[in-house]
Amino acid sequence: MSILPRTGAASGADVLIALRHVSKSYRRGGQIIPVVSDITFDIRRAEFLALMGPSGSGKSTLLNLIAGIDTPDGGSITMGGADITRLPEAELADWRAANVGFIFQFYNLMPVLTALENVELPLTLTRLGRRDRRERALLALDLVGLSDRVRHFPSELSGGQQQRVAIARAIVTDPTVLVADEPTGDLDRQSAEDVLAIMQRLNREMGKTIVMVTHDRRAAEHARSIMQLEKGELSQRVELPHD
Amino acid sequence: MMQFFKLVARNSLRNRLRSALTVAGIVAAILAFGLLQTIVEAWFAGVDGAVASRLITRNSISFSSPLPRAYEKRIREVDGVRDVTFVTWFGGIYKDAKNFFPQYAVDSASYFRMYPENVVPEDVLREFQHDRRGAIIGRKLANRFGLKPGDVVQLEGTIYPGPWEFVVKGIFDGRDPKIDTTQLFFRWDYLNETLRMRSKAQAEQVGVFVVDVADVNRVAEVSEAIDHTFRNSFAETRTETERAFQIGFMKQTESILISIRVVSFVVIFIILSVMANTMAMTARERLAEYATLKVLGFGPGYVASLILAESVVLALVGAAVAIWLTPLVAAQIAVLTKALFPTLVVSKDTVALQAVAALTVGVLSAVFPMWRASRVNIIEGLRAVG
Repeated sequence: MSILPRTGAASGADVLIALRHVSKSYRRGGQIIPVVSDITFDIRRAEFLALMGPSGSGKSTLLNLIAGIDTPDGGSITMGGADITRLPEAELADWRAANVGFIFQFYNLMPVLTALENVELPLTLTRLGRRDRRERALLALDLVGLSDRVRHFPSELSGGQQQRVAIARAIVTDPTVLVADEPTGDLDRQSAEDVLAIMQRLNREMGKTIVMVTHDRRAAEHARSIMQLEKGELSQRVELPHD
Repeated sequence: MMQFFKLVARNSLRNRLRSALTVAGIVAAILAFGLLQTIVEAWFAGVDGAVASRLITRNSISFSSPLPRAYEKRIREVDGVRDVTFVTWFGGIYKDAKNFFPQYAVDSASYFRMYPENVVPEDVLREFQHDRRGAIIGRKLANRFGLKPGDVVQLEGTIYPGPWEFVVKGIFDGRDPKIDTTQLFFRWDYLNETLRMRSKAQAEQVGVFVVDVADVNRVAEVSEAIDHTFRNSFAETRTETERAFQIGFMKQTESILISIRVVSFVVIFIILSVMANTMAMTARERLAEYATLKVLGFGPGYVASLILAESVVLALVGAAVAIWLTPLVAAQIAVLTKALFPTLVVSKDTVALQAVAALTVGVLSAVFPMWRASRVNIIEGLRAVG
């Protein structure tokens, strides 16, 4: 496990996550409401993909399926060849801990833990010793520019700083993929820019695969590619030119 | 593990007012529970203090009916009897009826020999045996009325009417804190001689005989032998162990004791409901956090343990304060109720019961929130607003 920056850009050629004929519907008041229908696409290693769409288009549901916090009604989702839709709950939790870093719209930090303790939290599920955990957490906080806020509680940090702590928590275990659900949805423009810049850096310099859900086109433009989701169906992937 | 305890400790202090009120409720409930248990125990102090080898021989009609003093010699002759003494309940009023305390006319030669739990200094006992009007009083009684050796205590007799004067010869202490030291003992021969002059019909009689049996294994046999000795006499006897005698005495107040016990458990049930509600509210507010923990890879067991530990911590903090307060409050109750509860001592059993009650409250209060939080659907949980 390493969270040290990797040199060079992602190759972009090999598939990391493969979704095949994935569908998901919810039951509401006796009615079955399809949210995503027969979706098939690949996410490449080191890709920064923005999933866009209006409210209710199913983009968050799709993200939850990719992240293994929800299970599809049909189809398969494989990562590195393993079909995560077949994993039982306990194994899925272990898989998430090892492979997925989460960034939420409302940060979802533990309010009673400091920034450092929040970042350290996922590492308590690993076999790392206390000292190693602390070192990695400090390094992750340094990467998001919060070395001077490690002892602060979430309530003592701005929204942008809290989201950066959440990013540090997401990357501290060096997961295979980062999933971000509207990561700038609760932030002012400057903070949003800071957060997106960090995510871009994680993708470009460290080769992190990122899947981001957003309805904000300006945020989506920080990604390498964009896919539109409308009424549960995906449009063509658009590759964005970046310097 | 450190992170777990950190989360538990900080979560416990998160809503300080709520936690403080919950702990205060637990303190009140566990304190009330402990005090009620202590009162019940005080009621049974005589039963607990009963000695296995001691028998009580009373009139078979009732313990308020006297027996002839002359029975003593015949009881001594029963095989297996090591020693005999006798006691008569006096029931006098000291200045005012509200100043109640137990008074007994006893045999100065044998009584304290048979009740070594009442510790009397030898010189005091000698003086008591040399002065017919002498009396020995317990430490608590002396403290209550400021009595000291040489003071004269005047009682107004109710069973044995008229004024009665006794000279305090000394003070006895209990061998342990549970021994009742609110009593006054005076000489039966003084009572008897006075009755010969005032009320001849009441003379030469005693309340009960206390019999010391040489072999504890023979108490049933000796009891039977004593009662057999007086069968078909004008005052038949009923002999039973001191413990059975005390329990029989307690039976009269059994319904009160049952009520006290029921109330003590109702108090625990009330705090259980209050605490369960607090923990349910707490868990509901934190559903998003529990969902986040699950997203990060923590299992349902970890989430459930967080709730259980917090609930148990609050309950045990409350219990610790309550256990510390119980003897202090019990001492105040003993002062306020004076002779009603002569030995209001908080026992180890009561402390253990308080701790177990608190632990039970802590665990049971967490059951539903644990179940709910551990089963929370991650998607639903993440949408929950605290």
